[in-house]
Amino acid sequence: MSTTITPASKKVNRIGLEVLNYKGSKTTLCAGCGHNAISERIVECFYELGIEPWSVAKFSGIGCSSKSPAYFLGQSHGFNSVHGRMPAVATGAMLANRTLLGLGVTGDGDTASIGLGQFMHMVRRNVPLIYVIENNGVYGLTKGQFSATADVGSTLKTGAPNQLPPFDCCALALQWGATFVARSFSGDKKQLQSLLKAAIAHNGLTVIDVISPCVTFNDHDGSTKSYSYVKDHEEALHELDFVPFFEDISVEIKEGEVRDVALHDGSHLKIRKLAREYDPTDRMAALNALEQAEAKGEVLTGVLYVNTTRPNFIDVLNLVDQPLATLPESVVRPTRAALNEIMEELR
Amino acid sequence: MSTLEVSPLAPSSGASGQPKTNDFSIQVGTVNGSGSQTANTVLLRTIFQMGIPVSGKNMFPSNIAGLPTWFTIRASQQGYIGRRKEIDFLVAMNPETAREDVMNLQPGAAVVYDEPLQLRALRDDLHFYPVPFDKLVAPVCPDAKLRKLVRNMIYDGVVAWLLSLEMAEVRNALVKQFGKRKAKAAELNWGAAQAGYDWAAQTLTKTDPYRAERMNATTGKVIIDGNAACALGAMFAGVTVVTWYPITPSSSLVESLIGYAKRYRHDPETGKATYAIVQAEDELASIGMALSAGWAGARSMTATAGPGISLMSEFIGLGYYAELPVVIFDIERVGPSTGLPTRTAQGDILTNAILSHGDTRHPMFFPCSPEECFSMSMEAFEFAEQFQTPVFVMSDLDLGMNSWMADPFPYPEKPIRRGKVLSAEDLEKLGSFARYKDVDGDGIGYRTLPGTKHQAAAYFTRGSGHNEKAQYTEREDDYIHNMERLAHKFETMRSHVPAPLVRINDRAKIGFVAVGTSDYAVRESCDQLRQEYDIETSYMRLRAYPFTPELKDFIQRHERIYVVEQNRDAQLLSLMRLEYEPELIAKLRSVRYFGGMPLDARTVTDEVVRQERK
Repeated sequence: MSTTITPASKKVNRIGLEVLNYKGSKTTLCAGCGHNAISERIVECFYELGIEPWSVAKFSGIGCSSKSPAYFLGQSHGFNSVHGRMPAVATGAMLANRTLLGLGVTGDGDTASIGLGQFMHMVRRNVPLIYVIENNGVYGLTKGQFSATADVGSTLKTGAPNQLPPFDCCALALQWGATFVARSFSGDKKQLQSLLKAAIAHNGLTVIDVISPCVTFNDHDGSTKSYSYVKDHEEALHELDFVPFFEDISVEIKEGEVRDVALHDGSHLKIRKLAREYDPTDRMAALNALEQAEAKGEVLTGVLYVNTTRPNFIDVLNLVDQPLATLPESVVRPTRAALNEIMEELR
Repeated sequence: MSTLEVSPLAPSSGASGQPKTNDFSIQVGTVNGSGSQTANTVLLRTIFQMGIPVSGKNMFPSNIAGLPTWFTIRASQQGYIGRRKEIDFLVAMNPETAREDVMNLQPGAAVVYDEPLQLRALRDDLHFYPVPFDKLVAPVCPDAKLRKLVRNMIYDGVVAWLLSLEMAEVRNALVKQFGKRKAKAAELNWGAAQAGYDWAAQTLTKTDPYRAERMNATTGKVIIDGNAACALGAMFAGVTVVTWYPITPSSSLVESLIGYAKRYRHDPETGKATYAIVQAEDELASIGMALSAGWAGARSMTATAGPGISLMSEFIGLGYYAELPVVIFDIERVGPSTGLPTRTAQGDILTNAILSHGDTRHPMFFPCSPEECFSMSMEAFEFAEQFQTPVFVMSDLDLGMNSWMADPFPYPEKPIRRGKVLSAEDLEKLGSFARYKDVDGDGIGYRTLPGTKHQAAAYFTRGSGHNEKAQYTEREDDYIHNMERLAHKFETMRSHVPAPLVRINDRAKIGFVAVGTSDYAVRESCDQLRQEYDIETSYMRLRAYPFTPELKDFIQRHERIYVVEQNRDAQLLSLMRLEYEPELIAKLRSVRYFGGMPLDARTVTDEVVRQERK
């Protein structure tokens, strides 16, 4: 008896790449770390949208979160830089090559403590970048100290309570003029996917604060960044569906009251109303909602604010369309006549 | 005004018989913010346009308005353009400092001063020329608000008459200074200069010996400050990303670049910029952006001074270890901490050589003139990309912010080379690459740029331990191997950095070694030592770190080496100590000055003579 084996055709995306092309090296973070789930979402999103891996540049600072860019998009250049200084590093690379798709991954120590100043100025500039904060309220690599996003009264593993109020990175970003601000939870697969895809399509900076529990140092009962706390207190503002530019907009949208956000590359974010009225283009409403949620101990997730009209930093600088990095000599070195003219003026 | 006040007595000492032609220094003492810069520049330019070698140095306070400031101009037919301590010709406009300025003069010096200051009573060995500035300015400047500014042009006229400067050149200098668009301001100032000249001609009797006479030693030359020259070097090197944070004395470097780039670096059709200049929020950000832009393939730079260097330290270590090209212009100023922000020094040599924690070594280029600011800036960009590492261009406030004569800069004839960068086509042939592998034996690996369209292009850049393939590692053999390769790369640099310039005198037992702006004082000191003390000297001006083998030869062939530098702790000499064997180190002596003024020859000569007589 003979059988003919037909090789199962490998699954590829719209540019003919397998999901393997989007994976990185094996994670060295703890099993169950929220950051690993975020890495998986990144792999899925870039694969599903058919982004060329070599067009992406990954950036990070220092910390557990900042190690993670090694664990996704192995065919993209990555830069694991200096504690708290990823915004500058991402900005410099985007200035050098505006055609890159910038993806930054950082933590709450990186962003809200040592790097708060750089975070502010990156927001102010509206650098075209996806800025993912893997927020667990704790320093993992140095074994469990509070970060500046830890809530008042939440406790360390040792039982010591945090006495200072937290920085809410989303509220800060809103105040400083961010053009896309969202919060999510590493355990909310669908919402995080939609947000990441929308961030890829957004022209400008996207700040996504993802509560990403630390299973080793901050997943106990007294923590407000534990899996169980976030599951119990997550309050989704809405349901999100992302429709990429290459798909028919009419498909797969559930019924209900839907707000459509047209994004820069022709993609759409469909925001379907849940229990409450929420306008994600109203910045003051977003700040109010965050304030109220904090008072109630809720973790408000979804698109807090989006502004698709403000130009990004590269646009403001009026740079040529080609990457500055590889402009030819004929463009970057002025002529002999130019030097002669300058010298004549100095005589 | 009394007749006595305007008819100066000949000083009792300091014979005025022998005229001193084209060899004098002028010091103008004014108040910061009084608009004297124009008058001083016009004076400088007038002498320059008369073909006489000249230099101008601005001694200014860290202040916007109200504190004393001095401008010194040195004319020298021998071509000495370093600072001279002795002032021959004082223009005393600042009541706060006039008395002290007068008391500091050598006998025989001349003093032009604002009449109400009544300085002539102070000494009887100087030539005094009181000038009634307020009376002279009123008729030529009806607008009272402008008088404070225009007043200064009157001393230009008075000095022009006293020194026999050509008024036609004063006028040319004014036109140059104001340009065609400000013709009205030029005319107003010209009127003031003429009034000063005419008044002096009618009223004063010249008793001092100083005078100018036309030469042809400046034909074809330009006047420029070192910061503008560095900016031009950067622009013609094809810089594309400039990120900076303002700090004295480096700010005018980037501001010059902004001005030139606006004129010459926009696409003629679209008007879009072929460069990005970004004022960052601090030096941590400016160096972070510049390094990362270099990582992504741009020719990138930042400009700063000592306090900025301190802040950049961590990132520079990353640049060394992750091997990222960037050019850092360090326009040195005085002091640890804030120090004296508006005074000059060579105080960052040792710091920059080993900036950041752990084992690091960084190349430094030392320009001494505007010509070298231009050429070395271009070389620094080539070098940074060739060696994939941060490169320091070590200028200082004296070079960066003062006006210097220079030969016009030659157009760069060599094409721009971008170092070892693999393209997608290269990768297609190679199949793969290892970022930190020493393929060519020079310690320099091959890199790829983000955005390179190839599946094998990507690698992971990190400041943590990495192996040849840029993978994370904590293995001791990987770490040692990589650090030894970096040390080897640094050794390779020795044959690629700008070579020293050396003048060997076969009769000399002693030699000078110096860098940067110490050059002017050292060259003049060599002449002083020969003429006044019969001491012959050789001289090597180093132009880069790491040191090249010529330095060792130079030390070997002399009995004693005087290392001249503008810092307290003999930083350049200390770097030599790190490399050489005890016999060579024993020959090294130190001449140091760190008071913040540009180094002068007399200071060097006196110190060498003191040590030689021991």
